[in-house]
Order: sequence, then C-alpha cells, then structure tokens
Amino acid sequence: MNINYTPKELAFRDEVRAFLDQALPADIAAKVKGFRHLTKEDHQRWQQILCKQGWYATHWPEEYGGVKWTPVQKHIWDEESCDYGVPRSIPFGVNMVAPVIIKFGNEEQKQTYLPRILSGEDWWCQGYSEPGAGSDLASLKTRAVREGDHYVVNGQKAWTTLGQYANMIFCLVRTNTEVKAQEGISFLLIDMNTPGISVRPIITLDGEHEVNEVFFQDVKVPVENLVGEEDKGWTYAKFLLTYERTGLAGIGLSKAALSHLKQLASRCIKNGRPLIEDSSFSQRIAKVEIDLTAATISNLRIIAAVEGGGMPGAESSMLKVKGTEIRQAINDLARRAIGPYAIPFVEEELNLDHEGEFLSDQNAAPLSAQYFNNRKLSIFGGSNEIQKNIVSKMILGL
Amino acid sequence: MDFRLNEEQQMLQDTVARLVRGEYSFEKRLAFSETEAGFSVDFWKQLSELGLTAVPFSEELGGFGGGGIEVQSVMTELGRGLCLEPYLQSVVFAGGLISQAGHDSQKELWLSGIASGELQAAVALQEPQSFYDLNDVQTRAEKKDGGFVLNGRKAVVIGGHCADLILVSARTSGDTRDASGISLFVLKPDTAGIERRIYPTIDGSKGCDITLNNVQVSADALLGEDGKASEVIEYQAGRAIAALCAEAVGVMEVANELTLDYIKQRKQFGVPIGKFQVLQHRMVDMMSELEQARSMAILAASVADQEQSDERRRALSAAKNVIGRSGQFISEQGIQSHGGIGMTWEYNFAHYAKRLIMINHQLGDDDYHLERYAFLLQAS
Repeated sequence: MNINYTPKELAFRDEVRAFLDQALPADIAAKVKGFRHLTKEDHQRWQQILCKQGWYATHWPEEYGGVKWTPVQKHIWDEESCDYGVPRSIPFGVNMVAPVIIKFGNEEQKQTYLPRILSGEDWWCQGYSEPGAGSDLASLKTRAVREGDHYVVNGQKAWTTLGQYANMIFCLVRTNTEVKAQEGISFLLIDMNTPGISVRPIITLDGEHEVNEVFFQDVKVPVENLVGEEDKGWTYAKFLLTYERTGLAGIGLSKAALSHLKQLASRCIKNGRPLIEDSSFSQRIAKVEIDLTAATISNLRIIAAVEGGGMPGAESSMLKVKGTEIRQAINDLARRAIGPYAIPFVEEELNLDHEGEFLSDQNAAPLSAQYFNNRKLSIFGGSNEIQKNIVSKMILGL
Repeated sequence: MDFRLNEEQQMLQDTVARLVRGEYSFEKRLAFSETEAGFSVDFWKQLSELGLTAVPFSEELGGFGGGGIEVQSVMTELGRGLCLEPYLQSVVFAGGLISQAGHDSQKELWLSGIASGELQAAVALQEPQSFYDLNDVQTRAEKKDGGFVLNGRKAVVIGGHCADLILVSARTSGDTRDASGISLFVLKPDTAGIERRIYPTIDGSKGCDITLNNVQVSADALLGEDGKASEVIEYQAGRAIAALCAEAVGVMEVANELTLDYIKQRKQFGVPIGKFQVLQHRMVDMMSELEQARSMAILAASVADQEQSDERRRALSAAKNVIGRSGQFISEQGIQSHGGIGMTWEYNFAHYAKRLIMINHQLGDDDYHLERYAFLLQAS
C-alpha cells in the first residue's frame, strides 16, 4: 500500500506545471479562477495551445494525434489544470464523439472528423436528451427514416450544451420502431447547417444561455454519416456515457472551488474578524474539506484500478454522487460567505474587465448565480438518482 | 387553543389571495420585475385601495391595528405570488420603526403616507462589513449646526432604489459594534451627498447600496432618541423576521404544489416519476419541512408584537433558522425532483427556488440565527 505518486509520476507533474507556467494565458486563467464566462474564442485559443503541445486529445491513440497517458497521468493533468485555472475542456468533440468514431466509425469518418476536432474547425454538441427522454434516455423519439442515400430526421433534442456555438451535432435517433426501445436507435453525425435545423436558447434560472433546444424538421442526413451499424446506436451511446461519467465527480474542480472559498472567507468580515476565523463557518469549511479528502482518495483508488487494467464500473457512479454533492456544498458556502451580498445580481461584474469599483468582494458577483447553476451537477450526466440505481443494481444486486 | 384564523383574519387572507391570483400571474411578474421600479405600481395601488397597506397601523391611520397574525395572512399570500412590492420593507419594517420610535409630529408626517401606500420607505441598516449584525454600524452622524452630518455606506437596501424615504442607522457615539450609540435618521433620497448604486437582485427585485457623503440633515430627521436606536431596530427586525417567515411559507406552499403536480405528470420509464419511492419519500420530506416551517411562522407571528424578551428573541431566531433550512431543502430538492426543467427561467418553479434561498440572506441566515439562539441559551 502506497498512496503517493511514484518518482516518475512526480516528474510528469513537474512537466505539466512547467508547461502551464509558461503556456497558460493569464487572462484566461483569471476568468476561470474568478468563475467568469469564457468566450468561444477563449476556448479555441487555449485548444490551439494544447494541440501544439500535443496534449489536447488525451483519450485518443497516438496514430490519430492523441497522447498516450496512463490513467494516473490523466488524473495529474486534471488536478493541475483545475489548480492553474485551465478552462474546462468542451468534451463533446474530443472526449465524447471522437472515442466513438475511433472505436466504431469507418476509416473515412476517422479521416474526416478527427483532424477537424484537433484543429478546432468543428465544434460538436450532443443530441441525446429530449423533452420526453431524460433519465429514460432510451425512450427517445427523434425519428430518422431512410430514403435512398439519406436519412430524413424529424424531432427535437433538449439541454444541448453550447449548441449555439456548434457546427456539428451527434445524435441518437430512432430508426426502428418495431423492436425494443434500445434496439431501434442509431448514432448519426449531423451538420448543424443542414436546412431544417433550428436552435432555440433555454435560459436557466441564473439568466445564463448555456443550453438549447435543437429542432429537426425534414433534415436530410447523408447515410455515410451513420456511425457503425443501423439500430446499434445504443451500444455506442453507452460506451460514450462511460467516458462522460469519467470526470463527472469533478474532484479537481472541487479542490479549486475550495481554495477559492478559503480565500474568499479570509477576506469576508463577520464581527470585525475574517469569516474564516468564525468557529461555525470554519467548521463548515473543515467538514467539506474532509469529505473532499475522502472522495479524492476514493477517486485515486478507482484510477489505480483502471491503471492496473480494470474498467471503471459502478464505483464511478458512487463517486459522481459524492463529488457533485461536495461541489454543491462548496458553492453553498461561498454564497453564504458573502452574507447579504448574495442578493444583488451585478451583471457587469461578471466580466473581469469590469472597470470601476466592485460592489463588494471582487469575486462576489458570480457566487449566487453559480450556486444556482450548479444545481445541474446532480441532474446531468445521469441524475444522482440514476447513478444510485446503477450502484444498487450493479454492485448490490438489488 | 385554536390554530384557525378568525373570521376577520380569514377574510383578510382571502382578499389578498384573490388579488394575487387575479393580478399576479407568472408572466406578469416577469414583466413587473423588468420595470424601473421592479414591482407593479398598479398592484401596490390596489393593495392600498383595499386598505391592505394599512393593516398593521391604527384606526386613525386607516388601518385596523393588525398584529403578527394579520401581517402573516397578508405576507403568506404575497409569498404565494412571489410579489415584488415593498410590503415588508415599507409597511412592516419602516412603518414599525417610525411607529415605535417617532415622536408625534414625525408619525403625523410619515405614517399616514406609509399606511396609505402613497409613501414608500426603505430601511438601510446593513453595511458592507456588518454581515447580519445590525449593531455593526460604522456610518457616523456628527452633530453640526443644530442638525447632523452623515458619512458612511449602507449595504443591500431592498427597495431603496425608488423609495421616498430611507431609514438609515448611523452612529452618534460608541464603537463599531456597540449596541449603544446607534441612531436612526429618516432621509429623503434626493438630499445632497446621497449616492445610490442600483442593481437588480437575483430573485427578481431591485435594491441599492447607498453612500453617504457629508449628508446634512436637520434635527427632526432623527427618529427616536439619540443613540438609543439599537433596541428599536432589534424589535422591529423581529417583526420583519416574522413577516418574512410568513412570506416564505407562501413561497414553499407553491413550490411544493408545483413539484407534486410535476412528479404526477412527468413520465419516464413508462410511469409517472411520482411512482418511484425515492421521489415519494422526498416529496414527503418536502411537505414535512413545509409543515415545520408553517409551525414556526405561526410561532413567530404570535410573538412578533409581544413585549421584547429573551423568549421572544429565541422564538424569532428559531423560526428564522427553521425557515432558512426548510426553504433551502425545498428549493434544492424541488429542483432535483423536476430535473433540468426546474432550472429554467421560463418555468415558474425556478423563481420560487431562488426566492427561498434569498429569504435566507435577509435578516440573518440559518447559521446566524442558530448562533444567536445558542447565545441566548447560554445567557439564560
């Protein structure tokens, strides 16, 4: 038993730190650390830097431009990224559709799409959920009917994250209504500029436009955009979901948020003293830090098992539940720390280049909105209830 | 023992309920929130015409001397509609401060206007460093030329952006967190030296921070005795807490109704999701939280107008603590039961959820009141 990194892993961490010290643009890191919005351009600028370093596609084989990192190395990268304020990677292209194309796509699809993901030419979004198909994803109704060289797609997708930026969408569509729900689904790659597609923003409770509805009306999709076999899409979808679930626990993000919270609490004042010296508040911070320590080690145990050749199983579902609860608890404390200043919604301070005085703490403005926005953590990527169903079925046999 | 409202109180509550149902649809509320005032001036007029803004005031002022239960009846229904009008700030809190501390000519000057709704008042008691402690006052008022000169900054004044009167606490003596030495002043917002930074609030209302820069007022702006305002503020904050608890109960009622409707209608895996035991138990927990909150809102309303005592203080802190916790529970678990739809701007649940969390940030959150309660336990 040894819970520490090996010398080799430590050397890798040094390499990561040296790279981030030198390559991460300060303006982008400041936005990430202050919970401010990143533009599409910010994301693309950072992606170019990562690509140049060869560290963008960490889930891909080297032959397609990936980097061969071990699970522990990936974990080190994630941790350091969060610590430095690296933008969260937009996973839909590089970490979601790409692994599916690599595993199930044909050669032409690999040659077409993978380079465009690396270059940033394509911005992908995910067409999975529908208004009537959330936790029960297999009940999806978006229909694709084969007509000659095309599929004709009709239906509606919902909760499409950053769909407003995307030019490509990968979709689960129903190609067969005669069979069991899971057996009639196919996996289609669709160009968002095809006639008949429209995108409508969904504004969330914090006033944000992050998710969208995507409507398909008689959208013609060439048959060569089908991945793998018709009606086998559910298998590919599940394969993709295991990628999605990796990292949903957000341990690194929680660590960054916790360190942000501690700094905030040392600046906020209660009874004339820094809030962090207040016994009840510091105990609240202590409790969440302890929970996070436990989750960190649980996470490392899963990573070590995968490193040893295992597959991440239902344990990652357990970790998703714990990890999201911890991050939500940290967001709750950050909102509490600013007391009455949780109430104002000072939109102009959501931009870091805001000139003029800050209403209160310079990092206060996004905190309530972020608390509300991150209620999504226990809903998306398979709600926490669904994760518990998985654990109870797969591990407990209930 | 009788937990029912009497006939008069029931009529009062029904009147407000009818008005809110008729005038305060979700769509209208979104539009009210976008206006410069941040609430419906028309609805405020209607409240006034029906005598509802006069409820806590004496008969000479057009009211019927309503106490905690009457205020509770009004506030719960305003909570159900997520109403944005400054009833709590102006009628309950500012009106209470003037009633308790003002001398006759001040009452004459301001109270009938507040009771009739023609004058809208806001209370500016918090400061950037004060957290929730209303004795933590750095703003200073120095005597000069028979009047006072005020300097300092007041934080998160809900309704202060469009109020006709702003009640400001300032120190005429003592150190930052001393209870003694705090005085109350009634300011007109257009007085030279007052600067307001106006902002929307995350729960759809509006407020401001106020900077006082050599603001000169005459001696009759002083409300109550010089340096003795702390007790008045604490007492009236208690009445405001009771009113806020009542509002929260109305918000929670609707939040639970919406959630129950949703889990009965929303189908996944071929059945309404309300058939799943995990959601059934959660809904039961939400209902139990609401009932705990309702009990504490009743307790708070019952002690709100009693003479000050540690028992009253404890009851009010206990109520605000329970309301804070149950409000957060219902807000978070309601969103979770809805899934993504519970987080969208276009669906009313999210707005109820936001109001519940923000009620916890007004007049002390659950942590603050737990601490206060524990302190009072030790003191007794």
